[in-house]
Amino acid sequence: MMDLSVQLPGLQLKNPIMPASGCFGFGKEYSQFYDLSKLGAIIMKAATGEERYGNETPRVAETPSGMLNAIGLQNPGVQKIIENEVPFLANYDTSIIANISGSSIEEYQFVASSFNQTADVHAIELNISCPNVKEGGIQFGTDPLMAARVTEIVKSVSDLPVYVKLSPNVSNIKTIAKAVESAGADGLSMINTLTGMQIHLPTKMPVLANQTGGLSGPAIKPIAIRMIYEVKQQISIPIIGMGGISNAEDVLEFLLAGADAVAVGTANFQNPFICSEIIDDLPTVLQKYGFSSVQDVASFAKRGVTI
Amino acid sequence: MIRRETVMIKNSLDIAADTVEMTLHNSYLSKNAIPGQFLHILVEGHTLRRPISIADVNNEEETITIIFKKLGSGTKCLSAYEIGMTLDVLGPNGNGFLLESKDSTLLLVGGGVGVPPLHYLGKKASEKGVEVVSILGFQNKESVFYEEKFKQFGKTIVVTNDGSYGERGYVTDFVQTIGPFDSYYSCGPAPMLHALTKKLEGHRGYISLEERMTCGIGACFACVIPTSDQLSYRKICADGPVFSAKEVVL
Repeated sequence: MMDLSVQLPGLQLKNPIMPASGCFGFGKEYSQFYDLSKLGAIIMKAATGEERYGNETPRVAETPSGMLNAIGLQNPGVQKIIENEVPFLANYDTSIIANISGSSIEEYQFVASSFNQTADVHAIELNISCPNVKEGGIQFGTDPLMAARVTEIVKSVSDLPVYVKLSPNVSNIKTIAKAVESAGADGLSMINTLTGMQIHLPTKMPVLANQTGGLSGPAIKPIAIRMIYEVKQQISIPIIGMGGISNAEDVLEFLLAGADAVAVGTANFQNPFICSEIIDDLPTVLQKYGFSSVQDVASFAKRGVTI
Repeated sequence: MIRRETVMIKNSLDIAADTVEMTLHNSYLSKNAIPGQFLHILVEGHTLRRPISIADVNNEEETITIIFKKLGSGTKCLSAYEIGMTLDVLGPNGNGFLLESKDSTLLLVGGGVGVPPLHYLGKKASEKGVEVVSILGFQNKESVFYEEKFKQFGKTIVVTNDGSYGERGYVTDFVQTIGPFDSYYSCGPAPMLHALTKKLEGHRGYISLEERMTCGIGACFACVIPTSDQLSYRKICADGPVFSAKEVVL
């Protein structure tokens, strides 16, 4: 059996595959389809300090090779997530990553310290890149100083490793990546969605009630690959790569670009079994391209022989 | 339990303007689907599945019938699938309609592509000996379908907005003409449901809702609706699509 394991700060992953935040809820719905213990890790839906209702509907729209969403971080709030959702996921033999968001530095601090006291959470994904809320989220992700500040604060209250989720909606993602690395980030998670809009011809109005939404799916994969490749040259912390992954070949492409592990998002909506199927397919694909383990791909990518 | 199943298209028929009736063969789905549930159908070349309600089930032939309108790219593409081809389907999704055990007369009120789920409900109720009265609303004569099928369950009034067939007007114009009933069940466009639930405020009623969906299983929070007390929310795909008329804000 091929060794698919990956060691990242705070995370001993049996394989590099995890469902992306917001595309898997808190796992319950997908547990009816396959054993969640199969997953390398699970990134939970974003948690905020208090319950959030999110945006008006329609919240989603299909686009060519992708979709727009503007859910607006709907979640029951960090306390209820710790009480009701984490215990369910803790039944599975997989790592739990808590995605945290907020409208203020204080809120990020509160959510991070709440998870820090939760035994079954293994890492924090710091969401400074949600494009769909009016306050917070992306404002922290587009300014290198703000990004560094929120990273520092969260690191100061958390013993858990912190993976900062970067926004692609910036002029230079390398600057942000370097800023959060200097501020103490243990890893990066990239990329979040790209801000987009779709107009409904019969009404001549934006389809989404929020007007704009985040573009995800295969349409954004080349952008994610390019950004990971560029950022990898500039930093030494690991990267969880994401953006339109739909099959094991895509995973290999992300690993070659410089990702150490990957998250699968939109593809879960089309095929609820996708993460499980990718895990099954990955050894064959790695073997086909001459690799003997996931670690082998990482070493190859580091040498930068072909790319 | 929701499963991913392969279904074979046994029949595909244009039954009204831009309206397609498709009969799908699948043993698991035909055994397990109840009225009001939907299939989440993958259509070639499209990122998101299409939620389409179940219009009928034939247990002997192990088939499920869906009816949809060719409105956008997904449904147009689906309508082009030919007999003998297969589809990747998640189902049965959602909670479905529950019949009140003591009810002896039901009122079904459907509008356009909201009519199909009521057909399977009407069939089940009728099999149980419940009297079924139906009011079906369509835009015009060309859009009308399933009138004869509903007539087999009981009294059926067809209403068209332009009066080109049956009665002229809206379904809500006729709900007070049909005599007493125990519960009403409705599915149709949001403005129709809004007007209907208001008009039938004192009655026990159930409504089936639609919204743009993504996962279809309750994980993504795309299709939420606030509860009437404004304190909470329901997921249309997983908690619904059927709700008590008083449960949610339309």
